Amino acid sequence: MFRARDAADAAEIVSAAFDASRALEVVAGGSKRALGQPFRPAARLEISALAGVVDYDPAELVLTAQAATPLAQIETMLAEQGQMLSFEPPDWRALLGHTGAPTLGGTIACNLAGPRRVRAGAARDHTLGFAAIDGRGQAWRAGGRVVKNVTGYDMCKLQCGAFGTLSVLTELSVRVMPKPETSANLLFAGLDDAAAIRLASRALNTPHEVSAVAHLPLAAARRAGFDSATTVIRVEGPAPSVSFRVQALRTLLGDAAEQDATGTLALWHSIGGVHDLLPDGPVLWRVCCPPAAAPSVLAAVQAEYGDAAEAYYDWGGGLVWLSLDAAAAGFGGGAAIVRAALRQASGHATLFLAPPVVRAVVPAFEPQPAPLAALSARVKAGFDPRGILNPGRMVLES
Amino acid sequence: MLRMPEPDAATLSRRGEIVAALRRIVPGEGVIDSEVERRAYESDGLTAYRTMPMVVVLPETTAQVVQILRTCSVMGVKVVPRGAGTSLSGGALPLADGVLLGMGRFNRILQIDIENRCAVVQPGVTNLGITNAVQDQGFYYAPDPSSQIACTIGGNVAENSGGVHCLKYGLTTNNVIGLEMVTIEGEVLRFGGKFLDSPGYDLLGVMVGSEGLLGVVTEVTVRILPKPPGARALLLGFPSIVGAGECVAAIIGAGIIPGGMEMMDRLAAEAAEAFVHAGYPLDAEAVLIVELDGCEAEVDHLVAAVEALAAEHGATTCRTSSSEEERLLFWAGRKAAFPAVGRISPDYYCMDGTIPRRRLGEVLLRMKQMEAQYGLRVANVFHAGDGNLHPLILYDANCEGELERAEEFGNDILRLCVEVGGVLTGEHGVGVEKRDLMGTMFTEVDLQQQQRLKCAFDPQSLLNPGKVFPTLCRCAELGRVHVHGGQTRFADLPRF
Repeated sequence: MFRARDAADAAEIVSAAFDASRALEVVAGGSKRALGQPFRPAARLEISALAGVVDYDPAELVLTAQAATPLAQIETMLAEQGQMLSFEPPDWRALLGHTGAPTLGGTIACNLAGPRRVRAGAARDHTLGFAAIDGRGQAWRAGGRVVKNVTGYDMCKLQCGAFGTLSVLTELSVRVMPKPETSANLLFAGLDDAAAIRLASRALNTPHEVSAVAHLPLAAARRAGFDSATTVIRVEGPAPSVSFRVQALRTLLGDAAEQDATGTLALWHSIGGVHDLLPDGPVLWRVCCPPAAAPSVLAAVQAEYGDAAEAYYDWGGGLVWLSLDAAAAGFGGGAAIVRAALRQASGHATLFLAPPVVRAVVPAFEPQPAPLAALSARVKAGFDPRGILNPGRMVLES
Repeated sequence: MLRMPEPDAATLSRRGEIVAALRRIVPGEGVIDSEVERRAYESDGLTAYRTMPMVVVLPETTAQVVQILRTCSVMGVKVVPRGAGTSLSGGALPLADGVLLGMGRFNRILQIDIENRCAVVQPGVTNLGITNAVQDQGFYYAPDPSSQIACTIGGNVAENSGGVHCLKYGLTTNNVIGLEMVTIEGEVLRFGGKFLDSPGYDLLGVMVGSEGLLGVVTEVTVRILPKPPGARALLLGFPSIVGAGECVAAIIGAGIIPGGMEMMDRLAAEAAEAFVHAGYPLDAEAVLIVELDGCEAEVDHLVAAVEALAAEHGATTCRTSSSEEERLLFWAGRKAAFPAVGRISPDYYCMDGTIPRRRLGEVLLRMKQMEAQYGLRVANVFHAGDGNLHPLILYDANCEGELERAEEFGNDILRLCVEVGGVLTGEHGVGVEKRDLMGTMFTEVDLQQQQRLKCAFDPQSLLNPGKVFPTLCRCAELGRVHVHGGQTRFADLPRF
């Protein structure tokens, strides 16, 4: 393990690794180590020391921090100024069985997005600039520290969701937004999946700025403490606006129970975090598809697995968290069934959790068509010509 | 003036052969060969630069684009993609030895999918055309560059266009969820679709804002949004620009993100007022328009909050629109600001830097000093919420040397933006205009990294060369692996 004291250290370590053609696993808090392909290089570059907020001026809506700054520290600092990261990074520690502190760099590198994704975007939509070290050990930067910038290619997008395979992120600038004054949930009981997703679509298609919609089928709803299937619609904003919109949505969509800001916060924390709402320990898939197609995708999977498949919907249907009983899913982890169900609808499925024997053979990320995979490999080679940064994290090594 | 790469004599000598090859792909009027007709394409919105393209081709299908690019790739011919040609940075400036690939015939809306809140369109559909196609169902496409009547979504993707509403609703990049594109080698790639966050590198995100250097977009899937139920605008006048800037900071500090927030200095406001009679206060040094949108309860609440903040920050004028007509009137002046300035000066040159807003006072002061130094006036229009400045430098192209002076003045303004922690371009793109200033913002290494991305897409550098980067891309050289000297703290580590 190589511990970098600062970005200059990190550059020298990568440079030495480059000279020796030795692969490095880049780690800070390590809370998301379980994501992606299971292969991990023996040598580790530990960058936890690269922590600390560099610049934060609330009125500029920009925060700059070193990559390993704990997310909790940033969120506290923002909350004190009535601001937030509006992409609502979910807390997956319980889900992934890790107690390490999530960092800003990990959040960006894994392109996290929580329930507000439908309205506010993902980490990719809020990353403004960065400093990094490429696979040769060269320090470089791109983007800026202002909210509006089109100077050069959008290299920020490239780092979001790259799982540290293109460069070691050392500093990041992100866009921050005001935290809504208050929030409320509308809870609709007893809808089946198809009816719930139709309701979700109707809610999101109103001008009432619904900021999140999830549907918990009966089993998931029970884990959340409800006694029937529950469709949840969240409204956020200034108090008079929230009460006006809650009323308007009720008039439009039918009668619903209302949950106050405290209950709303807790429920969406669970919906983003997944762990509380699905069975422990089996195979878990994260499925993204056109929202309206989600019930039919899930129905196709359940036709095969019956009760061994449990799921709930977020993003108004655009995201399905699908758990399969490990024994029923078998060595293939259900990949053939899940990915076939998506073929017609379009979309992609990521294997989040599975026994090691499954992870060893099933590509965690949706396999890409050959030309796209070849282009991605050329992009990787440009930044990391010797393939030393987190190799085997995104593409299954055969 | 900027220099473009020297036309390649060998390519020019094969012009007839290239035209014939294109005619085999696109029949009839789809290939424009005559000098008179080619002239229509010799410049874009950056009219100071003109080049006659070698030949213009206007395909109608993805299959034709594939064949055109494959042919150009095999023959080693450069290609400049073009949408409506409204770029203000010269992104679509033709090359004398290049094929100009006009995408205007890709003008169909393929699908409107209300259930999934998206539309699939061809790249030649205009920005406003998308909104027009979905508005009777209560939806719109959010990014609204001021050229939206004419500019195409394909061009918006290339430039990552913004508009007055982008602080709240995002730029093009935040509103495009799928693309089909053709590589220079003629390969069709699809990124994203009607779903979010595809795994793998975010090449969709990289394509947006790539200024036509990475590929040719043939289909776009955009997010559409329900139209806000209402909006009201406040027209505010301040005795100083710095005071107006402080009010902007206070509004955002209070947790309010207005749908639009635009500032004009005295010269811009006077010109606009003389042009459209919007009732702008002529005694103010700065005019600020703040638009609040949403449901009635929210708009009323926010209007009251902004009115209070404006009073606190010394606004000498504060009028809130009481009708849709009045709201549009407040905006009319701002929207006409550029042509209005065009009436008080024979020519103007529009800049596009972004700065951290807290440095506004200092930047304006330095700009005033530069006005004296260059002997040219500046009218300032800002997207106040995001610090995106549009200084309009007034000049007369018929006066010997004034254009060059205006350009040098503009370059100094952009250098200043970078110096205070900002960037060269907020929404217009680098194109040819800001190409040679890239070194003020990025190191040689930073620029090499960007060019490595280019090499992954276009190893022969045939797509839109001469734009964005001050030096042409040499992919073979960039790909070479330089072994380090080994004089580092960790060089002797036995574990490697």
